[in-house]
Amino acid sequence: MTVTVLESPPTTDFDAVPSGPAAAAPTASLARTRRPVGALLRRFGVILALGIILFAVLSAVVPQLLATYDPTATAPLDRLLPPSPTHWFGTDELGRDLYSRVVHGSALTIAATALAVGLALVVGLTLGVLSGFVGGLTDSIAMRIVDVFLAIPGLLLALAIVTALGFGTIPVAIAVGIGIVPGFARTTRAEVLRVRTLPYIEAARAGGASWTRILITHILPNSWGPVMVLAVLDIGVAILAVASLSFLGFGAAPPAAEWGTLIANGRNYLVTAPWVSLIPGLFVAVVVLSLNHLSKTLEEVQR
Amino acid sequence: MTGYVLRRIGQAVVVLWAAYTVTFVILYLLPSDPVALQLAANNVEIDSLSPEQREAAAARLGLDRPVWEQYLGMLLGALRGDFGVSFAKQVPVGELIADRLPPTAILSAFAVLIALVFGVALALFATWLPRGPVAAILRRVPAVGVSVPGFWIGLLLIQVFAFTLGWFPAMGNEGPASYVLPAITMAIPTSAVLAQVLIRSFDDTLSEPYIATARAKGLSRWSVQLRHAFRNAALPTLTILGLLVGATVTGSIVVETVFSRHGLGRLAQESVLAQDVPVVQAIVVLAAGAFVVVNLIVDLLYPLLDPRISHTPNVSRA
Repeated sequence: MTVTVLESPPTTDFDAVPSGPAAAAPTASLARTRRPVGALLRRFGVILALGIILFAVLSAVVPQLLATYDPTATAPLDRLLPPSPTHWFGTDELGRDLYSRVVHGSALTIAATALAVGLALVVGLTLGVLSGFVGGLTDSIAMRIVDVFLAIPGLLLALAIVTALGFGTIPVAIAVGIGIVPGFARTTRAEVLRVRTLPYIEAARAGGASWTRILITHILPNSWGPVMVLAVLDIGVAILAVASLSFLGFGAAPPAAEWGTLIANGRNYLVTAPWVSLIPGLFVAVVVLSLNHLSKTLEEVQR
Repeated sequence: MTGYVLRRIGQAVVVLWAAYTVTFVILYLLPSDPVALQLAANNVEIDSLSPEQREAAAARLGLDRPVWEQYLGMLLGALRGDFGVSFAKQVPVGELIADRLPPTAILSAFAVLIALVFGVALALFATWLPRGPVAAILRRVPAVGVSVPGFWIGLLLIQVFAFTLGWFPAMGNEGPASYVLPAITMAIPTSAVLAQVLIRSFDDTLSEPYIATARAKGLSRWSVQLRHAFRNAALPTLTILGLLVGATVTGSIVVETVFSRHGLGRLAQESVLAQDVPVVQAIVVLAAGAFVVVNLIVDLLYPLLDPRISHTPNVSRA
């Protein structure tokens, strides 16, 4: 019993304490009385993460509400100022307010990310479910196709696509999306395969349920969790990939600002004004970390 | 078993061929005008050419032939190790890669080593500690590692260890010291991924009944962790070994750009920027080859390491 208590995931939400089997109750209440501060902190973390993600989305949709300056207004006298109450993130080499540039940079980066993940979700989920459930020849063919794409590292595949399609936000989004399809397909398939061999599927089958029914009522709901977690996680991955590609110089052309372009641009001033590239980079890291935290919390709640 | 091995090797060859074909389709068939793309790599505007000049250029580049003929010619060339001539540099692609591969290979080896040590140590320690604030923090560390953009880690390391402390050079390939910062930059995201998978896998393994049995026998946590849980928990990480190798290749692109290093990754970045199609294709196929070989080895080893996995035909659905 001690072992079970030690290994049981901490409850993240007081309302979410499982109410089902009576046997689970003592474990849950033990965890609750033992670590109230931890549980609260965790909730605070989730709220913070959600707040940051909301901020990023808002800045993509209505940047003018959040920005404090015109992102393209140059002020030669104010060039390379360190962060201060007037310029929260400091200013760049042309005296433009960095905070406003980051806020306005969200639109392109977030749009590219949404396009990429949407593409990957639709294609990857379809391939994975088909492959894992139907099995046989379909599985072999689908997985060979996935293997081929999986064999080409994501960023390299993206680079090849960008070489062919040209530079800019949309080619980058398509390239990143295709790059994360294989992971989705594989995870979905693995989950479907795992669930398919569980005793309750056998029981349902023995009870006379059709495979279609089993797929919809048993396999999908039980394999959806990890896929959902991966989806949230992949939004972060896509943001990083989009930022990397624009950092390498394949994103939107200046003066349009993407997060990656801002960081790349600041490289030249690393000695005298490190904040010009480090602060936008930190911002990207914080957004991706929030997505990771959310994904991890989702995973823990589901277990 | 022999049948399985042969089939698996055959699959690897097919995957590699298919990867070559995919890159061919992407790089030679997707662009609306490959001739223009390739002339642009030499700073020649397609519009400035007369139709005759244009045809001559297409003939010189071999693009006037039917698509399948181009494809077969290139595939046969690639099989012999001949990936054509770089558009931008006018040098055989093979020579370019032979020149750029060694520094990147050494860097990647260093990075994988650091990543393995960091990742395994972190996972072992985080899951060994009883639940508490320290364990909770350790468990969040990998999430930070995967969230931080690689190029940003590089810039931060340069700022701190090169410009402020002056311990290591900020750029270039000079001497062993120049490997330190790039290798750490490449290792951080990789070790974070490794630690994440390992921690998860440890949690799953540690909740299995045989672990409870081991503890009930009175074994210490450490002994259970190392002798009973580790082997089973480490198995799933084998499957991501190929992905990690891929990650170092792509990591080298960003890292070599940040640290202005001479290497394959930098070549990839320059070639994409110049739309130098043959070089991009060769690098992509090379990386896919490395990935396929690593995965082949892992797949062949897996049943030996985990007897629960068998490769007898599955007839459960019949």
